[in-house]
Formats: sequence, structure tokens, C-alpha cells
Amino acid sequence: MSALMEVRVCAVRQLTPVVREFTFEAAEGQLPGFSSGSHVQVLMPLGERTLRNAYSLLGDPADSTRYRIAVRLQDASRGGSRYLHERVAVGDRLQLSRPHNLFPLHSQASHHVLVAGGIGITPFMAYIAELQARGASFELHYAFRGRLTDAYVDELAERLGDRLHAYDSSAGQRLDLAALLAGQPLGTHLYACGPQRLLDGLREQARALGWPDGRVHWEAFAAPEPGLAFRVELARSGQRIEVPADLSLLEALEAAGVEVPNLCRGGVCGQCATRYLAGAVEHRDHYLDEAQRADSLMPCVSRGGCASALLLDL
Amino acid sequence: MPVVMKPLETYRDDFTFRNSPQAIARFPFPFPEDSYMYSVNLEPANGGASGSVFEHWFDIDEHYVSEMAERARVLERDPGRCLVMPHMAQAAWDSLEMLMEHLAADYPEHFELQRDGDRWTWINRPLGIEQHFTFGDPATLPCEPLEYITRQAQGDFAVLDQRDGDLFMDAGMVTCPADWSIKFDAGMSFKQWHAPVPLAPQMGVFDRALKYLLNIQVGQPVRRLNWTMTINPRLDTSSETFHEWGHERGLVTPENVARLVHLRVELQFMPRLPRSNALLFGIRTYLISLEELATNPAWACRLHRVLRDLPEVIADYKGLTLYRQTVVDWLSQFDPEVRAA
Ligand code: FES
Repeated sequence: MSALMEVRVCAVRQLTPVVREFTFEAAEGQLPGFSSGSHVQVLMPLGERTLRNAYSLLGDPADSTRYRIAVRLQDASRGGSRYLHERVAVGDRLQLSRPHNLFPLHSQASHHVLVAGGIGITPFMAYIAELQARGASFELHYAFRGRLTDAYVDELAERLGDRLHAYDSSAGQRLDLAALLAGQPLGTHLYACGPQRLLDGLREQARALGWPDGRVHWEAFAAPEPGLAFRVELARSGQRIEVPADLSLLEALEAAGVEVPNLCRGGVCGQCATRYLAGAVEHRDHYLDEAQRADSLMPCVSRGGCASALLLDL
Repeated sequence: MPVVMKPLETYRDDFTFRNSPQAIARFPFPFPEDSYMYSVNLEPANGGASGSVFEHWFDIDEHYVSEMAERARVLERDPGRCLVMPHMAQAAWDSLEMLMEHLAADYPEHFELQRDGDRWTWINRPLGIEQHFTFGDPATLPCEPLEYITRQAQGDFAVLDQRDGDLFMDAGMVTCPADWSIKFDAGMSFKQWHAPVPLAPQMGVFDRALKYLLNIQVGQPVRRLNWTMTINPRLDTSSETFHEWGHERGLVTPENVARLVHLRVELQFMPRLPRSNALLFGIRTYLISLEELATNPAWACRLHRVLRDLPEVIADYKGLTLYRQTVVDWLSQFDPEVRAA
């Protein structure tokens, strides 16, 4: 299990009606350095249980005295983003995992195209600091809803000039994916972070235009979607666990004291793969292939059916 | 316990390298059982007993000054043993920071680091160095940062770029390799540079190892031990100098075997470099002659059984074939089963 660090909230800023920024400093000692694209898990004690949500670090990686994250209040929040928005204030202490990077810059790219949808801007804030420091060639395409999810847009306009392409859906501006991808020179790498339909659209376009998969990188939002309640049974210990609708299987296992290795908590890194022996599974990950799904599942996002208990090889 | 460094010894020509009883006692004997087969023997590097080679991230021992002199000598003849591709510049600074911080914290009697923003002062007492420099500005160091710091740290270092779900050998300081070469392996992917290893690929060892390495997190390094044998306490058994040492394998006789043949153990240590996301791959080499090793009869007995039963392909790959039997014969005196028979 990843070692946790204790941090103190040293600044809170409301960036838009739904996006709030938090700055952390080490409660003692130093924070570890991080690379652009890294995320941390933030632990949130909600009554009996602890939620862990992953957030991108958006500060300048050259300055590791502070970490910054920005959190969008989710409508269907299971309590994580609501907790951060409503209950966390300057001076509070929180526990964080160490940073880990599942969305790194590619060292061989000659040009970087960054595509952000809404709160998906966060990893790119760190990217931009890094790319500017390196003097690298890049452009940012940022789609948002004005005065709602347009965090950092003024700051970005100032820093990037015409390297920023902003699309405000409230003003009817649309990001044209086909036009964006066409005409990019060979050696360009594309990075996308935002809602699933933006990522799907980009991947589809990139494939249609013959981009190799290795030049398209994406990060999905990591918060697991809620589902229906279901039951699991652990084959080795005989333990039975109820997974409520608003908890992921991984969270329910952790609450019951069962540790499963994990990094992204969003079905992409492959760390939490767990074998199951019986039961129906609703697979929601982006990692396992069809064959692997026959006996494995990713408990950070995937769920059992409500009809019968899921039997896990744990 | 502070590390006491021995006066200068040599790893070539007259080979004056010897281990003290303390160095023998802390030697990382690599065999947990009486036989050896490849496995994914990676484990979290959570430190180890005080005084052991596992205690600190970067182990410094009594041979420090000699090993650094040997590195300088190799580099003088062949500067190409240190390589940093342009996209690895940040990882080189990352490595420098990690090494300086840990050495200063773990061996305060020998090393000291003062940081004032970007203005750093580095003091290395055993080598008589006091360097003022600006972190991130290569012009303020006497040489490229990876070369600078690894001229002051024992063991080889490869720096691996992580991309495309793989690791690439895009930088390194390699002056004491066990029959490989940073020049030949430069730019290679993880599986490409492991291609010569027999049996292991079929066992899926590298697939699993690679997956594990890709997920190494900041502050949570992993380690493993690897081993081979070397004639004479020669650190630089690089592929490109094979003509200088390869023939020595034919010199082993029952009379000289105990002093000539050395067990060579690599403590491989892999931490994530936080700012560049590259993976540092430290290869810290320990040499021990059979004579020294046999001062611990349990080790001699176990090594006897391991070598006797080692599969032919592995012995071939490790270059032991020519003298294995001579070694096994000599070690058999320490094996109670043989003596009883
Ligand atoms: S934690 Fe990454 S896939 Fe589950």
C-alpha cells in the first residue's frame, strides 16, 4: 500500500462557481517532487468510511514546496468533491498518497497538442509549466462552459497568447476535432483529459486519420461512477461484504480491512486487478481485454450484479 | 557505525583489492536456497539492518575511494562510458539531487549538502571536494550533472526513460558492468537489452518484471540481487574490453582458484526519479574471492551446491563454463554431504 503523507491546507480559492482550488504544504518535512501529469489520492474521512479520490497536481513541478489541486463539484458526488468544497478550509490537515504519474509527457514528441475539457485542464497546468521551461513546442485546446467550468482561462490567455485555443460552449464555440488533428506534423503527440465523450471522439478521429495509438495519450476522470448495491464473498477468508450503491468495490474492501494494491482508482493503471471465481460482473475498466475479463476484474471501478454474490479470489 | 575507508587499492594490473572481515560479514550473499533459477526477485527496498548493504539507498563502503579512482581511470580511457541523451537532461539533475540528498543524510561524516534555493553547496570529504553550483545550470559544474555525481557514488547507474509502456536505456554511467556495455545498449528497450538472457523470457520473467518496474512510485524503490563470477577483483568487465579480461577465464587452476575466482553480486536498486518520471537503475557491485567467502563455511557449502547444479545454459551465459568444475571441486570441501559420502 502506498505510504501516506500528511499535508496542511494553506490556501483555498474559488475559481468558478463549481471549481475550487486547494494548495497544500507538508505538515512536516518536505513534499516529494513530482513530474507533470502526476496525481495524488486525497483521503476524505466521511463518517465511518474513507473515500479516496485521485486529483492531478497542477502546480509547477519545479516547485515542490507546495501541491495544488482543483476540484470540480460533481452533481452525482458520492461525497468526495462535496466534502472538499464544503468542509475543507485553510489550516485543515489532510492525508495524501505520494504522487504517481500515469499521464506523463512523451520524451520523443516534437510537438505537443493538449486537449482539455472542463476540469480536465488540471494536468495541463503542470504540463504547460514544464513545456514552457523546456522551451518545447505545444498548443492548448481548452473547451469549457463560460463562467462555470472555465478555470484558469484568463491566466492561460495571458501566459500562452495564441498558443491557447479556447472554446466556450455557452457562446456556441465548438472544438472541431477533425480540423484539430488534420495537418499536425509527424512527431506530434496528442494528450487529452476531459469527459469520456471527448476522449472517445478524439480517439476515433485519431484512428480515422491513421494516427498510431502510441501518439495519443489520455487521462479519464478517476472518480468511480456509483451503481447498484451488491454483495461479495471472499473465497479465502470466507468474509462477506456488502457494497453500497455509492461505494466502489475497492472502497468497500478497504473499509473491511482488505488491502488491494491500487494507483489510479479509475480503471486504467491495472494495479488493482483481482481474480473472481463466480458471479456476474459489470466491467467498467479501460485495462482488461475480453479474455482477461473472464476471470479478472478491476474493483476500483467495476461492480457485481445485484442478483447473486460475487466470489472473489481474496 | 561510520564507514572507515581503506587506502587506495586496485581493480586491475596488480589487483590489490581485498575485503576486510567487516566487509565480508556484510557481503550480500545472494542465494536464499541451495539451487538457483531465474525469478522475478524484485522486492520493496524498505531499508535493512544497521550496517548492512541494504540499510541506505546508496551504499558506501570501505572501497569507496578506490572504486572512484577506478571509475576515473576508465573514463579517462573511454569517456563514452557515460552517456546522457538530450531528453534525459532533467533526469540527470533528478539523479544528482537524489544521490546528494541521500548521501548527505545517510553519511553526514562524509558528505554534506547545503541548499539555498537553487544555490547549492556540496561537500565530499573522502574525495576532498567542495563545489558551489546552481541547481539546473550545467555550466556551474565541472562536467555534466549525471557524470558529476556518479563519479562520486559507487556502482553503475542507468537512467531509464519511461514511455510507450516500456523503459529505454537513454542515459547512464557504466564503468563496472558484468559483460555488457552502455554503448551497445544505448536507446534499447527493456526487452531488447535483456534479449541475451536464456530461459527467463520463456518463463515470462521479463513481462512481469517490466510491469512491476513501470509502476514504481516516488519514494517506494524496489531492489533485487543478481550474481555472476569474475576472474580477479576486476570491476570493469565491459563487453568492449573483453579482449583484456576474457582470456583470464582460462587461467584458473586448482592451486589459484580460491584467490583468483570471485563471486560478483549486484545489488540493483530502482527508485522513481520524482521530477522527470524516469527510473534510476542502480547497479552496485560487490566482489568477494572464494577464499574470503569460505571464511563463512555455510556460504561456501551453499555456493558449492548452487554451482554444481546450475543449468548448463545459465552457466554458459554467465561465462562460467571453462572453470566451473574447478570451483565446484574446491568448494566441495565445505559441503558436509560430500565429505560424508
Ligand atoms: S487502481 Fe488503477 S485500475 Fe484499479
